[in-house]
Amino acid sequence: MRSGDFKEDYIKDEAIFQSVFVKFWLGLFFVFLVLFPFAANIHMLYIANLIGFAVIGAVGLNLLTGFTGQISLGHAAFLGVGAYASAILITRCGFSFWLSVPLAGLVSALAGFLIGLPSLRVKGLYLCIATLASQFIFGFIFVHWESMTNGITGIHIPPPSIGDFKFDTERKFYWITLVSVILAVGYARNLVRSKMGRAFMAIRDRDLAAEIMGINLFRYKLSSFAISSFYAGVAGALWVSFLKVVTPEHFPFLLSIEYLAMIIVGGLGSVLGSIFGAIFMTLVPETLSVLSDIVKEMAPGWENLIIPFKEVVFGFLIVGFLVFEPHGLVEIWNRIKKFFILWPFSY
Amino acid sequence: MSDSAKEDIQLLIEDIHLDFGGLKALNGVSASVRKGEIFSIIGPNGAGKTSLLNCINRFYTPSKGKILFEGHDLLKYKPHKISTLGIARTFQNVELFKYMTVLDNIKLGRHIHLKSGFLSGGIYYGKTRREEIELREEIEEKIIDFLEIEHIRKSIVHTLPFGMQKRVELGRALAMKPKILLLDEPAAGMNLEETEDIVRFILDINEEWGVTIILIEHDMGVVMDISDRVCVLDFGEKIAEGKPDQVRRDEHVIKAYLGQADLTLSRLGA
Repeated sequence: MRSGDFKEDYIKDEAIFQSVFVKFWLGLFFVFLVLFPFAANIHMLYIANLIGFAVIGAVGLNLLTGFTGQISLGHAAFLGVGAYASAILITRCGFSFWLSVPLAGLVSALAGFLIGLPSLRVKGLYLCIATLASQFIFGFIFVHWESMTNGITGIHIPPPSIGDFKFDTERKFYWITLVSVILAVGYARNLVRSKMGRAFMAIRDRDLAAEIMGINLFRYKLSSFAISSFYAGVAGALWVSFLKVVTPEHFPFLLSIEYLAMIIVGGLGSVLGSIFGAIFMTLVPETLSVLSDIVKEMAPGWENLIIPFKEVVFGFLIVGFLVFEPHGLVEIWNRIKKFFILWPFSY
Repeated sequence: MSDSAKEDIQLLIEDIHLDFGGLKALNGVSASVRKGEIFSIIGPNGAGKTSLLNCINRFYTPSKGKILFEGHDLLKYKPHKISTLGIARTFQNVELFKYMTVLDNIKLGRHIHLKSGFLSGGIYYGKTRREEIELREEIEEKIIDFLEIEHIRKSIVHTLPFGMQKRVELGRALAMKPKILLLDEPAAGMNLEETEDIVRFILDINEEWGVTIILIEHDMGVVMDISDRVCVLDFGEKIAEGKPDQVRRDEHVIKAYLGQADLTLSRLGA
């Protein structure tokens, strides 16, 4: 039986998967993810894809807000930039989907870099407002730069394909999403345990001391903005290729708030937390619609009350987590893990 | 000053003026710190001791004067570049990264010596992985072991008692592989035992690691015991400099501290 967690050398202590148990459960989870599309129905796969895009976006926002401490209210705008960039590259420039996604990430990173520039001068609430401006500037561009974006009618995007094989259903697209999520999460997890990630956290915790350590605030804050926007851009590009259409309505201000809610509910400054948050926040509207179906059966007419509750529920969740569990779902997860590490003899 | 002493000068501070609006924080301070010595700066509250360190760190830009470190004009450097020259520092009120572990804090000290970037760091394979593991080994053997903080290495810093935080901050500064270490009141707020520990560490760092030390401290016992030379500031001006014994008998110094000879003598440990 397990009696604790002991390590004999530094290599083991620096490892990303800290014990055989972690590897075992992760392996099992991976097998589940691989088998999932064979067992699930189309609706479940649709949700799974949405969760995947949300995970990528949330991990990106968490790198910026949770790790570097720069609050951004314009995350949806960067998703939009990536989405439009890939849509335009595919439909107008004839790029393949596979090339357009990383390029969309780069375009979005460039946008993030520019929006991040004020972060060198302004902090906290003021930076919030500055990023909020980006949300509306890009929103305006999506609608009014009609020659490029087709305005409110949007752009239709052909599904990605390899040779004759088209990723045109939820089930097929799932594989693209799965691989992207694994790459995105793996990269972020490694980044935060190496030089750059530590520098991000140093800036968050005490920028003055970070500078003494030789951390170039200019470079690292902007890197954080760029990397975070890259994630958003990739998430946006994947999302619209999945939906096969992009319109300005996909990137409302509320989406930025949803992403913030994801990382707050999941856990700021934790990659795992972003994943929990993304899953949780994607499932909330689902649960609500299931709930409204039930209500419809039991008390016809009342179901219309449930759907608009989405925003209210989001609000309550954010406030609730900030008050009762400021470290988010990941902290609950850690407590459960701690309980089971020495279970059943935890003394 | 003999020629050999002149060659040994590592940090030269020349005629530094610093003012905040009308307030003169430093008014023509000059000093020279020799390689390998423990150089203490003392003075009453508000004398400009920390301001002087902040000038060396480039948090403040003096309105006039020159600071040379091993021939480099520090005033031409940006704050984050100062550390690359080998200047490390601790703060009066601990400026650690509060929500990170002790280990991560100390690793951050090594920031400038690490090579991985945003691509290699994210892939974390081969060179980067080796670099991180070497870093861990070095930190464990040279710093955590030396400062006797093995038991708290995975603790989050803000949960630790103040004395321990000071020790971690010292560890973080040491991780920078400094040539000169600026210590701002390392013994403030510590009990006798903790003070003795810190003093022992400072002496070891100075003797075994060969690091020059500039020390600001209010504990006169510590200052007089371990300093090679002491510089006294009062109202932004240097009023005395010399060996501890000379300084403690200096008229101006006695006057600056309380103005009463008897009391001051006992306070200065004479």
